[in-house]
Amino acid sequence: MANPDAYITGIGQSEVGVRLARHPLLLTIDAIREALDDAGLTLADIDGVSTYPGKTAQPPGYSPVGTEDVIESLRLNVRWYNGGFEITSQLGAVVEAVGAVMSGQARHVLCFRTVYEAAALSRPDEYPRPGPGRVDGMMEWLLPFNAYSASNWIAQYAMRHIKKYGLKREQLAQIAITGRAHAALNPRALVREPLTLDDYMSARMISDPLCLYDCDRFTDASTVLIVSAGDALGDVKCRAIRIDAMAYSVERHSWDQSEWVAAYPTGAELWKRTDYKPKDVDVAQLYDGFSFNAVTWLEGLGFCKRGEAGDFLGDGKRIALDGELPLNTFGGQIGAGRLHGFGFAHEAVVQLRGQGGARQVKGEPRVAVATSGGGPLATALLLVRD
Amino acid sequence: MAGFRLLPRLNAENRFFWTSGSDGRLRFLRCEACETFVHPPRPICPNCQSEAVSPATVPGTGVVDTYTINHQKWQPVLEVPYVIARVAIDGAPGVYLTTNIIDCSVEAVEIGDAVKVAFEQHDDVWLPLFEKA
Repeated sequence: MANPDAYITGIGQSEVGVRLARHPLLLTIDAIREALDDAGLTLADIDGVSTYPGKTAQPPGYSPVGTEDVIESLRLNVRWYNGGFEITSQLGAVVEAVGAVMSGQARHVLCFRTVYEAAALSRPDEYPRPGPGRVDGMMEWLLPFNAYSASNWIAQYAMRHIKKYGLKREQLAQIAITGRAHAALNPRALVREPLTLDDYMSARMISDPLCLYDCDRFTDASTVLIVSAGDALGDVKCRAIRIDAMAYSVERHSWDQSEWVAAYPTGAELWKRTDYKPKDVDVAQLYDGFSFNAVTWLEGLGFCKRGEAGDFLGDGKRIALDGELPLNTFGGQIGAGRLHGFGFAHEAVVQLRGQGGARQVKGEPRVAVATSGGGPLATALLLVRD
Repeated sequence: MAGFRLLPRLNAENRFFWTSGSDGRLRFLRCEACETFVHPPRPICPNCQSEAVSPATVPGTGVVDTYTINHQKWQPVLEVPYVIARVAIDGAPGVYLTTNIIDCSVEAVEIGDAVKVAFEQHDDVWLPLFEKA
């Protein structure tokens, strides 16, 4: 059931920072230029554009650049494009692009995710916050109870895991500690200072059991992945990475009606679509918008059994660069910044090409998994260097 | 009026729910054909596709499925800490509400606790909060 017909060719990333002055569209174009150079493609080769969630003014900076901005600014000759919130989390933009290249609707699709929350929140005159008023949609069921943040929603799943399975905070801490250790080796990482267990255990609580260091940080950045058709690889001058399998799922489109997060069914689904097994994965890039998200991905993808991620994480040696499952080698979102899903696939390609520099995993990794999503939505990609 | 609250925008589908507390009773949409509860409210039963869904009163009790103690002031006017919980609603199988557990110390809440509804009125909205039973 392996899918031989879609590849990630170019990857690019803008400056990553906090309160950047550069316009978010220009950050996006910086990342596009880098991805094109990386792939050996030109703007004339691009015939598709895909993003998540598309341009939205609320909340400020969450997604300030849409497909039309990119298409219009670069005068792209696009035959297919996609941008929307109602897809399977951030890397769903890549899933949609794979569908486009495999069905012949496009040959080279620019997939991007641009975040500008740090800048927008610091400059409310330029990026006004939503005015006071009543709430509707999904937020109708959360905000009236002062459940404002995804940290509140995820913390409840984390609390249940702690009470039901005995996950310890010292074990959960290893996600953040490892991410920060890897971020120190990544020149583009947002936070490059090491984090100790003492720092973690003494940090203030945000939403018990999640403390400050369990949460990623608002970031300004754009990340680009070019998805190319298998029969278009003659156009590129890079080492293309094959998308061997992908999976996503949604059970209930709701934070509080789902029994557990969607990482579990998504992880199980991924292995039905490939001949590879969890033990074949050389490096894992698992969404950690909150540390606990990575816990659910470790279990959901079958790296350990349900409820056993705490023991799997242990003292962190297993997920270090030289461990049996190097995790979030660029720092994850907790270390490298809230690139919002796209950073994981970007880093998977870096590692599979052997371009990780100081953070490169030894032994020429050949199989990587990259995920996005943390609540009712989730996406997983299995990437392979042939 | 206790504490700061953002309020839901009332519409044809949700108005019955957010005003149900005006007589002190908790209601959810229920399918008249197969008795499946429909929450969040929609004009069709997801089990049997019957369009005969109507508000049904439930006992107003439930069980804490899970919870968190929020310490972050997401708004300057919020008083912290407070408990956000997901409550499994008695008499409405499969329905959970995100809510607050009130009138006890934040340390006193535990998974499995029995709770009962305590409505808090804000303008034309009755928020279903819960206290320990």
